[in-house]
Amino acid sequence: MKYEIQPTLPPPSSMIGVVGWLRKNLFNGPVNSIATIVVGYFLISFLVPTIQWIFIDSDWVGTSRDACTSGGACWVFISNRLDQFLYGFYPEAEHWRPQLAFIILMGSIAWLVMPQTPRKGLVATLLLVVYPIIAYFLLYGNAFGLNQVETHLWGGLTLTLVLAVVGIVASLPLGILLALGRQSDMPIVKSVCVTFIEIWRGVPLITVLFMASVMLPLFFPEGMSFDKLLRALIGITLFQSAYMAEVIRGGLQAIPKGQYEAADALGLGYWQKMILIIMPQALKLMIPGIVNTFIALFKDTSLVLIIGLFDVLAIGQAANQDPDWIGYSTESYLFVALLFWVFCFSMSRYSQQLEKKLHTGHGNR
Amino acid sequence: MSHSQATDKLMVELRDLNKWYGEFHVLKNINLEVRQGEKIVICGPSGSGKSTMIRCINHLEEHQKGDIIVNDIPLNEDIKNIEAIRKEVGMVFQHFNLFPHLTVLENCVLAPIWVKKMPRKEAEARAMELLERVKIPDQALKYPGQLSGGQQQRVAIARSLCMNPDVMLFDEPTSALDPEMIKEVLDVMIELANEGMTMLCVTHEMGFAKTVADRVIFMDGGQIVEENEPHEFFNNPQHERTQLFLSQILAH
Repeated sequence: MKYEIQPTLPPPSSMIGVVGWLRKNLFNGPVNSIATIVVGYFLISFLVPTIQWIFIDSDWVGTSRDACTSGGACWVFISNRLDQFLYGFYPEAEHWRPQLAFIILMGSIAWLVMPQTPRKGLVATLLLVVYPIIAYFLLYGNAFGLNQVETHLWGGLTLTLVLAVVGIVASLPLGILLALGRQSDMPIVKSVCVTFIEIWRGVPLITVLFMASVMLPLFFPEGMSFDKLLRALIGITLFQSAYMAEVIRGGLQAIPKGQYEAADALGLGYWQKMILIIMPQALKLMIPGIVNTFIALFKDTSLVLIIGLFDVLAIGQAANQDPDWIGYSTESYLFVALLFWVFCFSMSRYSQQLEKKLHTGHGNR
Repeated sequence: MSHSQATDKLMVELRDLNKWYGEFHVLKNINLEVRQGEKIVICGPSGSGKSTMIRCINHLEEHQKGDIIVNDIPLNEDIKNIEAIRKEVGMVFQHFNLFPHLTVLENCVLAPIWVKKMPRKEAEARAMELLERVKIPDQALKYPGQLSGGQQQRVAIARSLCMNPDVMLFDEPTSALDPEMIKEVLDVMIELANEGMTMLCVTHEMGFAKTVADRVIFMDGGQIVEENEPHEFFNNPQHERTQLFLSQILAH
């Protein structure tokens, strides 16, 4: 038989193009075809009016509700109150301060997220050590010629981010310590950690916030007061660190005993063993769980509205009460939901990217 | 063949060592003296306590009764003594236990840098020297997951040697390896033995025992049943239990 090089042919048309894809994925058999048509019908009948309401029939410019005439969403309501959504009651002349704090934060995070940037370690250290100090003085002031802005004026997205970032940054190391404590051989350390974790995990966050805002001051001596925001922050941090501890404990348990033994046999001390050997491996396994907790924490910050702190959701609710704008609560809730979604979705994407990177980086399958 | 390199100095001393796992008595009155430069091979059926015994020497397992003395340091509850002993005792495990998140070189320099406070440059130079000796210097920048089992075990040996130990413990170092990789690991161990390292090896590699061991120890039921130099041990086992064991492992 004679050998000839066969020409490379394109695949048959039933496999490629839109028609091929549709046939393969949506209409391969009567049941799938019916399912596709039914689901498609509901999707279209829901999506079309929604999109129409949000984008097409909506009003975007104006200064009062009189501008909202087309019957769709009234985004004028949001744009008129955008400052409040972002900064709460933070004095308008000082808005540059939260803006600057936000830009530095996002800039450093972008630096860390982008794959090619150098000196990630330095930036991360600055972000964790120096940034909180800068952010504190920027937001609170009362130093370097900046006016003091009392925390009860903080609000909107600014407050939400302060609560979330402080909660996230503080609860992770605390959670690690609690998880290590729970695994400890020392009975007192262990029982203290177990008790702490089980108590905080057993009460709702609302209760914690109420306790922090209403009950805690009763225990302080007369005249001594403690910033309400600070109390809420401490409550959220302790609450979330208990959850974090359990996530981390799960990761620690997944590390084979041989890793501990090899570290011991080489003469590494307890902290060296944990920091150099166990934690780097465990943290990699724990990324999905940790980010899950972060996202839950981010959304839980909206509960502070019940103790009278005006996070972005509380601002939205307050705006709904404005007699000039009665009837536009859908818009404000949608806008708040969008803000939350943007931040939570970004965290989720970043965690996936990080997982992938660490996976190939370690080169072990 | 082996003319002993052993000196008179006692390196490891076990006196009336007893250990329990809960109610279960795993080690019963173990007495063993290992002199500097001596090579001991420990064999026995699984569950006989041989691994447990050598794991007591660097306190990976806690013993409840008796004394362990390593290079004149008594092993007791004092964490300082435990750390001092671990600095002098290297260990190679059945499953290598390399650190998967670190490269081969980082695996090797970690303990010298953090435990012995050796400058990184010096530690790396020493690590490369030892990787050369176990014949894998070209793998230094790879991760353990990219190496074969035999290569990983040789890295594990180099990692232990980086601490300049006085004693090396081998806990079934070839049991988890594919047959064609056993030799490359044994060759490294034989070379190490010829250089005069004090070694305690739990292994069923009887060829290795015949070549390098000064003494072979047979354990069963948590006790040392028989102890002899290899020629006598293999050709003239005294105890019935030893005879049975040898007939089983040398049958094919």
